[in-house]
Amino acid sequence: MAADTVIDCGGLGKRYRRSWALRDCNLAVPAGRVVALVGPNGAGKSTLLGLAAGLTLPSEGMLSVLGGQLPGSPEALGRIGVVAQNASLYPGLPVRDLLRMGGHLNRRWDGARARTHLDGLGIPLDRKYGRLSGGQQAQVSLALALAKRPELLLLDEPLAALDPLARHDFMAVLLTAVAEDGLSVVFSSHAVNELEQTCDYLVVLGGGRVQVAGEVDDLVGGHRMLTGPTAEADELAARLPVVRDRRAGVQSHLLVRTGGVDAPVSGGWRQQRVGLEELVLSYLREPAVSALPGPRGAVRTSEKAMLS
Amino acid sequence: MELDKGADQPSPIEFRLDPASGVPTYLQLVQQVEQALRMGWLTEGDRLPRVREVVAGLAINPNTVLKAYRELEHRGLAVGRRGQGTFVRGLPAGVVPLRERAALRRGLLDWMRSARNAGLDEGGMVAVFEDALRDLREGRDGVVA
Repeated sequence: MAADTVIDCGGLGKRYRRSWALRDCNLAVPAGRVVALVGPNGAGKSTLLGLAAGLTLPSEGMLSVLGGQLPGSPEALGRIGVVAQNASLYPGLPVRDLLRMGGHLNRRWDGARARTHLDGLGIPLDRKYGRLSGGQQAQVSLALALAKRPELLLLDEPLAALDPLARHDFMAVLLTAVAEDGLSVVFSSHAVNELEQTCDYLVVLGGGRVQVAGEVDDLVGGHRMLTGPTAEADELAARLPVVRDRRAGVQSHLLVRTGGVDAPVSGGWRQQRVGLEELVLSYLREPAVSALPGPRGAVRTSEKAMLS
Repeated sequence: MELDKGADQPSPIEFRLDPASGVPTYLQLVQQVEQALRMGWLTEGDRLPRVREVVAGLAINPNTVLKAYRELEHRGLAVGRRGQGTFVRGLPAGVVPLRERAALRRGLLDWMRSARNAGLDEGGMVAVFEDALRDLREGRDGVVA
């Protein structure tokens, strides 16, 4: 598939016993982005990350990473860094030994970078991993993943257990690495309110399927909140793609997909742009609605024009 | 990349973010540079903070900083020099001389007094102002919504 994608999948599905954790997943995530993977618990976020990391095998469909590599292949493994949920490193080992272990397990390894990173945060290398704070443990996991100098870094809810300050520090280190190395990042998160500042590409999973996928700027610019008379709401909803429809007796709020222009509405309607947080929450509340072209929801670069 | 320190002096300003403002992040950075220019904190030739420094300090996407700097270049306020950083070029177009600014402020105060006399509280004034500003921005001034 396209060489400039970090995750490319079509009809991808993963079944655990009888239930599908991920189904009919079509994505073409471009390289060089910070991608946020959002969705309720059980939406398939961890499954998708696990598949991309090569930790599990798909039940159906195709999946390639880093422009055509097979997940789990030696080539892919060497170029992908993974920070697992509740990154469980050996609690009894001092940080220094974890770094040494990383050096032995990886072909490409920048131990000096990891030490500089941890020194800068005042994390003692002789402290046992299990005795570090949650924020420090997360930083050690990140330092180990970045020392590989990966081209793609996958993180499964890296912020979940962290306090606000630790979250800020974690994202600062992660995004600085993006600025310096230009690596691609895909991370899952529930901290929807913090996404607007950190990610530039968004994937929303709902019920095991891709609900939204696209550049943040396109998504934010491509929606409008229309506020106007309820009497005219039906007519509006009939001709515009409505994401979320909230009506009171007199006044209604309709979140519509406009594809980057103002919606063609009468003067009685006020239209406003919405922030990423409101957009994401609206889609999460309406799992049946998707912001994808085509019946199966594939978003490929060639089809992007169809979005508008 | 831009790893050498010390060779040139640090930027005179540092960015901050107000997540509650509702203003897109890149625009907040643009506005802070404009503000710093208006206040004289930044002058021609000054270096803006390096992308890496901004990202490390604010934990924001590097592309957001690049977008802000591109916008500043587009507005003619800054110029990027390969490998060196982004530098201040000129004053923003929307800057008016202090005397004129004071006169505009007096006019606004007059309006506020008449609004208060008409029974509008501070929240009401802000609502009217923001509403009118939006119409002005969207070219709908004069049209009753």
